[in-house]
Amino acid sequence: MTDFVIKVRNVEPVHVLELKGYLDAHTAPKLEETFQDLIDKGNHQIVVNCSNLSYISSAGLGVFMAFVEDLREKQGDIKFSNMTDKVFNVFDLLGFPLLYEIFKDEKEAVEKFTNAKNN
Amino acid sequence: MKHNSEKKNLKELIIKSKTSYLTKVRNFISEEAKKFGFSDDEVGKITLAVDEACTNIIKHAYKYSGDNTIYLKLNARNNTFEIVIEDYGMPFEPKAIKMPDMREHVRSYKRGGFGMYLMKSLVDKVEYQIQPGVKNRVFLIKYLQ
Repeated sequence: MTDFVIKVRNVEPVHVLELKGYLDAHTAPKLEETFQDLIDKGNHQIVVNCSNLSYISSAGLGVFMAFVEDLREKQGDIKFSNMTDKVFNVFDLLGFPLLYEIFKDEKEAVEKFTNAKNN
Repeated sequence: MKHNSEKKNLKELIIKSKTSYLTKVRNFISEEAKKFGFSDDEVGKITLAVDEACTNIIKHAYKYSGDNTIYLKLNARNNTFEIVIEDYGMPFEPKAIKMPDMREHVRSYKRGGFGMYLMKSLVDKVEYQIQPGVKNRVFLIKYLQ
């Protein structure tokens, strides 16, 4: 039984990670691998679509913290979209909205990357 | 003699110190919290707090060695929903762990320290009873308003 699934989509030049299910200490290494893989291949602009993410614990949040600094140094970023209230509340409790841009829709998040590039 | 209307409920869940058991923990806690009368929002908070406590034990007290045991004891009475989580791993000094200023913490890209902060924010009371070399106990308490 898999309770956490990651789907990676390429929306040039951005990579969208669709997260589904439960992101906890057990499933966080899977997300870590996905990030590492994207970075190793030179992909630094990442949108995390949380529409189907049912649950997140600090182990999951730690993964974003582990990569965001490196990505920003490489002119990339992690942006979030489509968060449910439940997941947003956990982000909010820890002050993550100070550090990350969170968008209602994936399209907005992707456009933020592409517009920044054009300007 | 106990009053008939007194709500009392003692339940226990014993798990191995492996992250694969976290789903089982969450299912157990959320089901019991719901039965006790908490809203979906409160159920979510209690469940996450217990997940964080168990994750800390697996990571720090047992250092990811999966052969150890974690005991979860639920003591639900009147308006008090209390979960006691016991382990026999490495002790720690709760007072030595400083609660970070989360805004500063996040701004400086710190990776850890979120679990204990979340636990404190999600339930009404977090208490520790550490008997070095004997056992460690964490008490998470949430009151039904």
